[in-house]
Amino acid sequence: MGDYRIIGRKQTKVDGLAKSLGATKYADDLFLPRMLHVKLLRADVAHARVVSIDVSAAAAMPGVHATLVGSELPEKFGILPVSQDEHTLCPDTVRFVGDPVAAVAAVDEDTAFEAIQAIRVEYEPLPAVFDPAVAMRNDVPALHDYGDDGNVHKRVSMEFGDVDGALAGADLVLDDTVFFQGNTHLAMEQHATLANPEPDGRLTVWSSTQTPHYLHKAMSKVLGLKPARIRIIACPNGGGFGGKSDPFNHELAVAALALKTGRPCKICLTREEVFYCHRGRHPVLMNSRMGLNKDGSITGLHFQSLLDGGAYGSYGVASTYYTGALQTVTYRVPVYRFDGVRTFTNKPPCGPKRGHGTVQPRFALEIQMDKAAHALGLDPAAFRLANLQPPDSVTANWLKIRTMGLRKCTEKVIEASGWNDRYGKLPRGHGLGLACSSYITGAGLPIYWNRMPHSGVQLKLDRGGGVTAFCGATDIGQGSDTVLAACVAEILGIELLDVHVCVSDTTLTPVDLGSYSSRVTLMMGNAAIQAAERARDLLADAAAEKLEVPKGRLVFADNTVLDSEDPERSMSFQQAIVFAEAKFGTIGTVGSYTPPKTPGRYRGAGVGPTPTYSYSACVVELHADEDTGRVDVDRIWIAHDIGQAINHYLAIGQVEGGVYMGLGEALMEEMAYRPRRAGVHKIPSMLEYKSPTTMEMPPVETFLIEDPDPEGPFGAKEAGQGPLLPVMPAVANAVFDALGVRVDQCPITPELIVQAMENPDKRSGPKSYPDLRIEKPVRVKTAEEGGDGYEVDQVRKKKQLARERRTDEQKTTQ
Amino acid sequence: MTLRRIAKRLLVNGEEHEVSFLPHRTLLEVLREDMALTGTKHGCELGECGTCTVLLDGEPVLSCLVLARECEGREIETVEGLAGASGPHPLQHRFAELNAAQCGYCTPGMLMTAMSVLRKTPAPDRETLRRELAGNLCRCTGYLKIYEAIEMAAEDLQDG
Repeated sequence: MGDYRIIGRKQTKVDGLAKSLGATKYADDLFLPRMLHVKLLRADVAHARVVSIDVSAAAAMPGVHATLVGSELPEKFGILPVSQDEHTLCPDTVRFVGDPVAAVAAVDEDTAFEAIQAIRVEYEPLPAVFDPAVAMRNDVPALHDYGDDGNVHKRVSMEFGDVDGALAGADLVLDDTVFFQGNTHLAMEQHATLANPEPDGRLTVWSSTQTPHYLHKAMSKVLGLKPARIRIIACPNGGGFGGKSDPFNHELAVAALALKTGRPCKICLTREEVFYCHRGRHPVLMNSRMGLNKDGSITGLHFQSLLDGGAYGSYGVASTYYTGALQTVTYRVPVYRFDGVRTFTNKPPCGPKRGHGTVQPRFALEIQMDKAAHALGLDPAAFRLANLQPPDSVTANWLKIRTMGLRKCTEKVIEASGWNDRYGKLPRGHGLGLACSSYITGAGLPIYWNRMPHSGVQLKLDRGGGVTAFCGATDIGQGSDTVLAACVAEILGIELLDVHVCVSDTTLTPVDLGSYSSRVTLMMGNAAIQAAERARDLLADAAAEKLEVPKGRLVFADNTVLDSEDPERSMSFQQAIVFAEAKFGTIGTVGSYTPPKTPGRYRGAGVGPTPTYSYSACVVELHADEDTGRVDVDRIWIAHDIGQAINHYLAIGQVEGGVYMGLGEALMEEMAYRPRRAGVHKIPSMLEYKSPTTMEMPPVETFLIEDPDPEGPFGAKEAGQGPLLPVMPAVANAVFDALGVRVDQCPITPELIVQAMENPDKRSGPKSYPDLRIEKPVRVKTAEEGGDGYEVDQVRKKKQLARERRTDEQKTTQ
Repeated sequence: MTLRRIAKRLLVNGEEHEVSFLPHRTLLEVLREDMALTGTKHGCELGECGTCTVLLDGEPVLSCLVLARECEGREIETVEGLAGASGPHPLQHRFAELNAAQCGYCTPGMLMTAMSVLRKTPAPDRETLRRELAGNLCRCTGYLKIYEAIEMAAEDLQDG
């Protein structure tokens, strides 16, 4: 561990007191003079053609200033360039209960609410589909006019090495079908947006968004307004967890109504609307076939996933790839095949939730690892430790592993939980379960293809000794404002509070792609370090000249610049700025970060790579009642390979919060719909959508495993998402230890446990897996087979090479 | 239908305010929208999440379920009233320090519930805190740092 003054220590976060005082302004806390209130009218049918919309009665109501319908904003949008399938308001087709068709701006919320009820919409019903296996059938009408075929939004298949051969030659093949139900973010803050038309024709928008940069792009496209005329400010989010990462209908509708009325317009969604906006965890049906040798080694893995995408694309293409990407980064899988399909159904769209797309397959894989250990007569911990993917390696699917702390994580939780003395030996009804996992520290590629940095930081140094750090990153509660201040303060030798953070404002701050994919600490952190080092360099030049000390001997610490060999020769940090400004002019620097290139060059290689993977291991202790199926979790031990904690308090908070959210997914949280009632949500409320309260949350013992990674800022990896992943499978494995039954489904409800107790095979979960109709996988040789990361298909490879050469040439000529 | 505003005198954080509002407005709406006290947050406006908790005559209530017109003559306390002349309340200091306020959105409600607990039970044990905070949802912290912050604040208060 480095010798740092701020990094890794217990520092109060920079926005901590503001939040504790109730002073932080979230989007719905903003009020502007003459502000109007907006409400959306949402479809009450699952799938229909919009025959007509009559807003005349609403428009005539006193207090109503404007109405808006879909035909006024024909331009489509969506988070991914390949899935531009959403309209601000549906002009011709609604695809799920909750799809918005019209909007009203009125003097207050009550009037707006009454007005939307006066809007008359005539629908011509279309057949609705709620089951992805049915949606795939050729005789079911398609929701969209794009995708791979019918309701198949995306079909992916890739094979790395000869998997059929590896499974055929194995001593044992496990074949498991597992289902992971969808669940939602349930951030405490309901989404809110305020748009203000500026007198000069520009537009300012404040929103609870995790991705102001992507909202900026979508808004420009939909409104037909140059990005330079739109300013998006992401307010601190009252929780995100992925649920505020898409550009949303309401954000665009409010902006359009602000332009239409010439007045500020605001919306705050009801909690019920938040449930219908969703973009949360996909329900995924999975099949995993793992080949094993008697010595306990894995010979190969064939993993299949069927994602229920809901009505729109959202991040779904990426989600689909993610359900097949990270199976290889924890345990050594010499050959690997992945087939995945995402279908459209008439339900709220699914998207990214904490652990995006990797959570469901991790659940399946870790249960299978547990079964494999038992089938081979091995201890599940020892079996995992014997199969770890080595550090500084490349996986079968061409993912580059750098530091790999899973051994230390596993050993730590084994020791702390007394695993070796207690596993398999607790009284009936009591059990221990282990699971391991990994997550990306930021996606290796941006959402839209470009060669620009993923994060930028700009510093402005003030004559008074203050430093302002500008960055597009958004604090969604993870503490990114504090990480930004900490990286700058550490390099410049000043205090956290001397750094003023100015963030998530597309007019003022350099682009950071957004608070998703656990990317902010690493990418913004590296950009901040670069900017701060450049500033330090300017200050050191001036200070060296003034102090008559060689520049290399200067140290920046405790608000002072001093000679390391003669500390008496020093000046204050502020004086150094004054001298530097006199010497160079106004002092400002920039830093930026772009992730390293991935060795994988095949189609689909863009999802999965990251600057570095984090690792987690978790042991859950619980007791379960075999008659009622009730599970109470007694204690959780978790170790997380964080590389280097930037702030001890924040890191622990992320791990504990991940465990908490994982526990909710493991035991109770599920998005449930009524297919016979147009697919309405069964429980769109915080009372009925069960999430853990204080009464369900057990004690958690957290261990941070610190082994700095060369790619991370001060060696840091992510902590925001990874620690959620092992919790659900660890619960499933602990239920097996307690009762000897396998629940191959999440959430692990009392009903499923009772079912498993009663079933002859002592298992509950899905029975069969449908044919995904995969014709031919993309074939890629593994590194061990002498592959080069390209597809075996030479034609495609040549085209790829030519394309890369062209873009490289373009880059050098620009 | 035109509703007429009613004028009421509300005692909020020790200060009396004359406020006029529509008769069906909840205390939450009046605090946030008519009095600009946006420290009190809301997560459901249906009495399910505890985010909008304020103290009414010292007892925690869900301000989204209380009509403001019923609050005349009663003592209303919100997060804005916790800090005194000597600075933030120890609960606020400890919440900030321990990262018990991650996104910070449930924090005002948590603080008000915690305040009522500490007034009744100056040194609450963990089980008491679990029970008393069960109506306040938090999606960030897993509650663990919230317990610790309240326990440390309780010690601070007892040490004077």
